Amino acid sequence: MQGGKVAEIAERARPTREFRLLVGLRERIASKSFQHGVVRVLATIIVGLGSIVILFPVAWMLSTSLKTKFGAVQMPPQWIPTHPQWHNYLDALTFNPFHIYLRNTLYYAGVGVLATLLSNSFIAYGFARLRAPGRDKIFLLVLATMMLPYPVTLIPTYILFSKLHWLNSFKPLLVPTFFGSAYNIFLLRQFYRGIHKEMDEAARIDGCGYFSIWWRIILPLSKPALAAVAIMDFMWRWNNFLGPLIYLDQREKYTLSLGLQMFRAPFGGTYMHWLMAASLVTVLPCIIVFFATQRYFIQGIVITGLKG
Amino acid sequence: MGVLTRVIPQGKQARREALAFYVFISPWIIGFIVFTIGPVLASLFLSFTRYNPGNPVEWVGLMQYQILTKDRVFWKSLQVTAYYTVLSVPLGIIASLGLAVLLNQDVPFLSGFRTIYYLPSIISGVPVALLWSWILNPRFGILNYVISFLVGPSGLIPLGIQGPNWFLSEQWAIPSYVLMGLWGLGEPMIIYLASLQGVPTALYDAAIIDGANAWQKFRHVTLPMISPAMLFMFIMGMIGSFQIFTAAYVISQQGQSLGSPNYASMFYVLYLFSQAFRRYRFGYAAALAWILFWIILALTILSLRVSEERVYYAGG
Repeated sequence: MQGGKVAEIAERARPTREFRLLVGLRERIASKSFQHGVVRVLATIIVGLGSIVILFPVAWMLSTSLKTKFGAVQMPPQWIPTHPQWHNYLDALTFNPFHIYLRNTLYYAGVGVLATLLSNSFIAYGFARLRAPGRDKIFLLVLATMMLPYPVTLIPTYILFSKLHWLNSFKPLLVPTFFGSAYNIFLLRQFYRGIHKEMDEAARIDGCGYFSIWWRIILPLSKPALAAVAIMDFMWRWNNFLGPLIYLDQREKYTLSLGLQMFRAPFGGTYMHWLMAASLVTVLPCIIVFFATQRYFIQGIVITGLKG
Repeated sequence: MGVLTRVIPQGKQARREALAFYVFISPWIIGFIVFTIGPVLASLFLSFTRYNPGNPVEWVGLMQYQILTKDRVFWKSLQVTAYYTVLSVPLGIIASLGLAVLLNQDVPFLSGFRTIYYLPSIISGVPVALLWSWILNPRFGILNYVISFLVGPSGLIPLGIQGPNWFLSEQWAIPSYVLMGLWGLGEPMIIYLASLQGVPTALYDAAIIDGANAWQKFRHVTLPMISPAMLFMFIMGMIGSFQIFTAAYVISQQGQSLGSPNYASMFYVLYLFSQAFRRYRFGYAAALAWILFWIILALTILSLRVSEERVYYAGG
């Protein structure tokens, strides 16, 4: 409005073309949509620059992985290797028995994810749908276990598994999974409560018991939430380090993260080009899974984050 | 529950349903006894004993706790962990919230940016630790090269600044871990972004009518509305940073000894691990675990109390 008045006065006083242009510019700057536009452009620039910073370490990992042993420590560094050493990947993966680590990790993550889905969806169905005295108090207890720092249970659990002679096997890492975990129970219960109860009731009228309601109605309807749980659990297991470190001590049982940590070249030195190649191969499945499923993934984080 | 609150069924039907409830949650109950409450009590008991594998358990009363008070590495590890928490939690909140606010300004390619920023959270654990110890390598690391290229003695702006020794320096070890942690800001950012998008636009319209500027809108509308998410992230961030292990193990192991240099990266759980699984002092490690439990509990209660007046819960 003010800009308009200024323009009016200006036009009467000195109606030159340049002046009118200048006033027009002032008007535009004062306008809401222009300010909004400036904020938007600035935000985009900052976010864009930031995203380069975020991506850089991964790019650097790739760059190092394609250099020769001496190229990797050359100063000034080569940003993009002129002669990419693709064979580094083969060398790094055969230097250590990575195929064994990969097989172990797939076994650990695969069985673990299946057990997680089964146990947590089963338990969450009880908390979400069935009424019983004391239910809400027990559920608070479930939530409270989330706050428990893991070191408190670490040592007795280790002693228990060693007494059972389960050390150096995957049992300590897998068996507890069959008994559910608070975080996943919570996430699935939140989701189940959003499913219309009429579905259950219709099934009950058709003569379904609780078990078949869970198996035939709830499970198929909660695929998005199950996907979120499965992906997060997969990633967690793929990267898990402390568990395998404590329980697995023979090379034939190592997972990828353990094998990667033990990656030492002979004579003590570390070959950065191989180490980065092996690291990249280790993270690649997670990146692929993430890109393929990010819709579910982000949904899962938001469900638990917002309602926590 | 709304208008259609269902009447609790009586008699046989109710008992059947209650029975089914306990059947469904029975795996959790068994797991809770065997893997949670049992070990919790056992570790409390162990903290009053001396126990190494192969030897019998020996009741020593409060001895482990007395040793603890005189253990300089214990105090050092507490100090290291507290320092890391004090640096990383506020910085993480500011960075991830700031980023979420920026992304909330109608930025184009929103989902693309969200994916990029989230990417580092996908690749946690050992590869990330190895990558950052390479980037922050004092001699061959790319960051120190960039620093010397820009502001080094013969850099573009010759200020004579040289990159520190990062993980290998007593002074810079913790800031290095903080820097590495900030790389994972995408995960809290997603939660902030979702809660920013949940703020009703009517509130902003009302604020504009009242003549609020951009900062006032942020301070008096946005912040109160997202304060529950912030409190949640604050508490989770604090708990998480008190339990840092993998990165510290992998990186300081490369420097040859756990917690190197000179215990500057001896995070609390790393010390606990070294007592339990390197020296097999289970009693002592259990005492350490219980001290950690009380610290985390106290900090959680404290932050809930302090925030009580400041966090706004819509509808209750």
